[in-house]
Amino acid sequence: MLTTPLARLLVLVLGALLALAAGLASLLLGAAEIPATTLVEAVLAPDPGSTPQLILLSERLPRAAIAALVGASLAVAGALMQTLTRNALAAPSILGINAGAMCFVVVASAVFALRSPLALVWVAFLGALAAALLVALLGRERGGGLSPVRVVLAGVAITALFVSLAQGLLIIDQERFEGLLLWLAGSVAGRGLEVVTPLLPFFLVAAGLCALLVRQLNLLVLDDEVGKGLGLRTGRVRLLAGAVVIVLAGGSVAMAGMIGFVGLIVPHMVRALFGRDHRWVLPGCVLLGAGLLLAADTLARFLMPPQEVPVGVMTALLGTPFFLTLARRRSLTP
Amino acid sequence: MTTPRADLVWRAAGGRLSLRLDRRSLAVTLLLALALVASAGISLSLGSQATPPAAVLEALLFPGHSDIALIVHEIRLPRVLLGILVGACLGVAGLLLQGLVRNPLASPDVIGITGGASLAAVSFLALGGAALGEAWLPVAALGGAALVALAIIALSGRGVTPARLVLIGIGLAAALGAATTLVLVLAADTTAMQAYVWLTGSLYAAQWREVAALAPWALLGLPLALGLARRLDALALGDDLATGLGTAVRGSRLALLLLAVALAGSAVAFAGGLSFIGLLAPHIARRLVARGHAALVPVTALVGALILLHADLLGRLAFLPRDLPAGIFVAGIGAPFFVYLLHRWR
Repeated sequence: MLTTPLARLLVLVLGALLALAAGLASLLLGAAEIPATTLVEAVLAPDPGSTPQLILLSERLPRAAIAALVGASLAVAGALMQTLTRNALAAPSILGINAGAMCFVVVASAVFALRSPLALVWVAFLGALAAALLVALLGRERGGGLSPVRVVLAGVAITALFVSLAQGLLIIDQERFEGLLLWLAGSVAGRGLEVVTPLLPFFLVAAGLCALLVRQLNLLVLDDEVGKGLGLRTGRVRLLAGAVVIVLAGGSVAMAGMIGFVGLIVPHMVRALFGRDHRWVLPGCVLLGAGLLLAADTLARFLMPPQEVPVGVMTALLGTPFFLTLARRRSLTP
Repeated sequence: MTTPRADLVWRAAGGRLSLRLDRRSLAVTLLLALALVASAGISLSLGSQATPPAAVLEALLFPGHSDIALIVHEIRLPRVLLGILVGACLGVAGLLLQGLVRNPLASPDVIGITGGASLAAVSFLALGGAALGEAWLPVAALGGAALVALAIIALSGRGVTPARLVLIGIGLAAALGAATTLVLVLAADTTAMQAYVWLTGSLYAAQWREVAALAPWALLGLPLALGLARRLDALALGDDLATGLGTAVRGSRLALLLLAVALAGSAVAFAGGLSFIGLLAPHIARRLVARGHAALVPVTALVGALILLHADLLGRLAFLPRDLPAGIFVAGIGAPFFVYLLHRWR
């Protein structure tokens, strides 16, 4: 763990550079290799007739933007959830938040034929909220606390609930099977910037809230009683941080479907570097989360050519050993 | 709760095996058995071509070559029987796992057993295993379930503590789900649809061959579960008390886990990745009869069978002429009900 602010700052800058490199790789590498000069040309001398520039702007750019945003927001959501529940295994995908948003989106687009990206965003928020409330309700022990194992089990049961409902719809609605499968598998490919723009205001508000809550979140890591003793309004902080989680996780699902384990892995890696101070953990999560998902998505293009591995599959396969190591640990507090 | 006078006690093998049933449990069991027979009767007579019960009875007793006899005998009866066996196996597997983990949220699908079977089956379908013959699909599925069980035991280390076991199962289930998605995405479209139907769980086109293949698992496994009931009762008291009562805690856990895998794996092998029956049936059974696994095992088996039978009936009739997988209805009705139960349970 890094202790001096200078070392932390340096690592943060290094993380930013890595994320940038992953972003560049995501823009330039793939089935059609695009030389770096094209990137420069696209910025300096845009030419609508050039095919490489078209690929770059209409395909690679949205894809990289979505991957970076989804990775960053899932990582931050995971960090917040781990703090809120004091549970090392908490993450949007594990506690069913992603599945709730996914199921609502699938129902809205299959049954109610909803198409507008903004409407789907709200639907995803609603689904994430429903899942979060259910998990909080079911994971509560008799005394009122959240038991780590019980919460995880409740999350898994809720994921099973939402996924099987969505799967049922897929089978009933066979014509749109292909289109709907994307939500279940989780992928950042093949979508345009129009799914990103309606989310930007929400993400800005979420980022602002995070910045405002940093100090309170640091107190929340402690016992609730200690926090209250230090003048913390724990209820309000939890509510606001919970809202941020809903927006970040729901928004990610609205953009890219269910992508698991980013929210679990990244916060742990960041905490191993920076400790528990949220002033460092949250920015670290943004950079590392974005970098990880960009790298995973770029790698996914080369594993089984000519087909691409959905990035959600990549993260799940990367994340499982991580989850198992955590589960085998003696204590489940982050 | 009940006076000793009202209990029926049965002992065998010098007290090594014993069953203690109170009157209420017995009455509930009998009522459920009656309900199962009635539901099976209804299932046999309804379908795209409704058959009067008298004709069904006649077809059952005097199998002839009439159309009705053929439909009842070759199409509906194996389907009903397979549904009963699968439902019972899944329900009891869930009961065993919940007792083993001491947590009412455990079930074959939650800890990855169904996931292992699913991955094996979907890979089989997608990688052209059909060339080997459909009969090998259940073998692949059962193998997948067994491998997952081994992985869970190996990763749990020496402790096999309930919490760790369930968390490791969850982790494996996630990885297996991802791998299944990968296979689906890479597979040809037609196989993907077929695989999805399999994943949801369906009794469509059940055949006598499958009933005959599953029956030994159920007929061996369910009585064995009854035999382990006393150990489950002891484990429910906690490791220390169970050890004090003379239970080999670790050995019992392993035996229960293996039996649950055998029951769930064989059921899933023939009916696909049905979820929720293993969660739901034990919960309903616990509301019907008092504590004590000797009574819970048969009641859970009956409840599981009833759930699947009715879900399949719905799938067959609700969207005629389409025959939808029973798994959709198990999840659609079972999941909300499960949430309600869980909320009440605390």
